[in-house]
Amino acid sequence: MARMKFLCDAERCIECNGCVTACKQEHDIPWGVNRRRVVTINDGVPGERSISVACMHCSDAPCMAVCPVDCFYRTDDGVVLHDKDLCIGCGYCFYACPFGAPQFPQAGAFGVRGKMDKCTFCAGGPEANNSEAEYKKYGRNRLAEGKLPVCAEMCSTKALLGGDGDVLADIYRERVTTRGRGSDVWGWATAYGRPDTTKQPGAPAAPAAPAGGPKS
Amino acid sequence: MIRRVFLLLAGASLATAVGAGLAGCGERSQVVDYKQGKYQGKPDKPAYDSAPWNGNKRDWELALATRNQNQNEYKRIR
Repeated sequence: MARMKFLCDAERCIECNGCVTACKQEHDIPWGVNRRRVVTINDGVPGERSISVACMHCSDAPCMAVCPVDCFYRTDDGVVLHDKDLCIGCGYCFYACPFGAPQFPQAGAFGVRGKMDKCTFCAGGPEANNSEAEYKKYGRNRLAEGKLPVCAEMCSTKALLGGDGDVLADIYRERVTTRGRGSDVWGWATAYGRPDTTKQPGAPAAPAAPAGGPKS
Repeated sequence: MIRRVFLLLAGASLATAVGAGLAGCGERSQVVDYKQGKYQGKPDKPAYDSAPWNGNKRDWELALATRNQNQNEYKRIR
């Protein structure tokens, strides 16, 4: 059984926000809720890197661990979903999530939190597949249509990959080895930049990786 | 007489001490054992359960695998 994952290639992402727009359009996401967003590191500095972030469908999901009403579940494909009928909108999952994935619509006056909304890997939720109820609560169920998440499938530079984690790893490995950086496949420098040898004279220096920082 | 009172008091003190000491044996752990909760919501059916797959998991997986490879332009374009 496939284990569904997202992978964002920081060297390819051009911060077009197409994935964000496609996600909002596909699932009719209301204002103020962003299931996916693009984060840019060292914005404006030559060598900046962008990555598209959403729910990473963790194998050991902290949101699932902290939920007081146990509304989260994991499908056989490794997709972390939740039951909105059970969610009380407490926000614990938001505090627990390292990616800031859980979103809370402003459901009423005084900024009352609505029920949590997050990326579903385009897999809907615990309603009948492709039903109207499922679409209204969770968005479109593309997985049941035999399709992958729209954000990944429409990514123009194919920076964002989505699907079976093993296949994604193979695709990314082939890319990196084609680039000639075989030893840096999962390295810090690959993700967040390396000293740029093609830098223009007078351009500000790209920030160096912190000493003793995360390694591959 | 004094000796009897003394023995009585000593016996009472001993009984109290033993009683208090044994009371500790009934103390329960104050530390909460963390137990992962179980999903309490509605059951969800697998993605291949509905049309057009109608339970045909193999075809569904094949469709997804094909889509997966469409993301690899080294294979798609060659």
